[in-house]
Amino acid sequence: MTMTQSKSLALVSEQDIVRIRQTVRKLTQELGFSLVDQTKMVTAASELARNTVVYGGGGEVLLDVLTESPKTGLRLQFVDHGPGIPDIGLAMTDGWTSGNGLGLGLTGAKRLSNEFSIESEPGHGTRVTITRWK
Amino acid sequence: MTERIPIVQIGKCLVVTLQGDLHDQLALTLQDDLSALVVKHSARCVLLDISALYMVDSFIARMLSDISGILKILDAQTIVVGMQPAVAITLVELGLTLSGIKTALNAELGMAMLRKMEALEGVAGDDDPE
Repeated sequence: MTMTQSKSLALVSEQDIVRIRQTVRKLTQELGFSLVDQTKMVTAASELARNTVVYGGGGEVLLDVLTESPKTGLRLQFVDHGPGIPDIGLAMTDGWTSGNGLGLGLTGAKRLSNEFSIESEPGHGTRVTITRWK
Repeated sequence: MTERIPIVQIGKCLVVTLQGDLHDQLALTLQDDLSALVVKHSARCVLLDISALYMVDSFIARMLSDISGILKILDAQTIVVGMQPAVAITLVELGLTLSGIKTALNAELGMAMLRKMEALEGVAGDDDPE
């Protein structure tokens, strides 16, 4: 697997959530994703970006274009240094929320991507990685 | 100055077209503005056209659902029209079915549906036709 393109964007404000949606949309279009796949990836990015901003106290997103011939994919890593998630199992339950959202961010993003992983250490932060292949 | 989404009044209906990138605060402002305008103009129906939205995440979905619920208490019907097929597919996969929200394929069908509801109400008086 090779990484052909890489960039990072800060995720601090609501405006950054909009910016990441636009960036992911443009990248998935350039990679030739179908319209449904573009929409899924943009929506997953929006959910996770909001988590980073609202619950993680801000952070950044790393965007990598992956090539694993003949497939191309887009990997997004949402990283924050916030309070972390004490119980990932609980956080991965549909409808569970520590805030006032619908509790669909993590589970929804998992369903909308091909690969999903989450690492979190209480007191140190959280990293959520999703990948979608074309 | 706060950014706002324009709201157009047509008879007893308010029409809103959501476009481009809806950031969270803008969505919340719309909720306040619509509630205030429904009361001010005694509006009976609100048509939300989302055909220009390329994505609806759980935040926007909740806003649509909240608007619909708030306006119902204020005695106005809300109808969401024009959702892109890719957005509908994504929403369901995300785990949202938008139950409780009335939808129509496009603005024309949406208006027809609102007129029909209004007519039914006319026959049944003040009672809910359901």
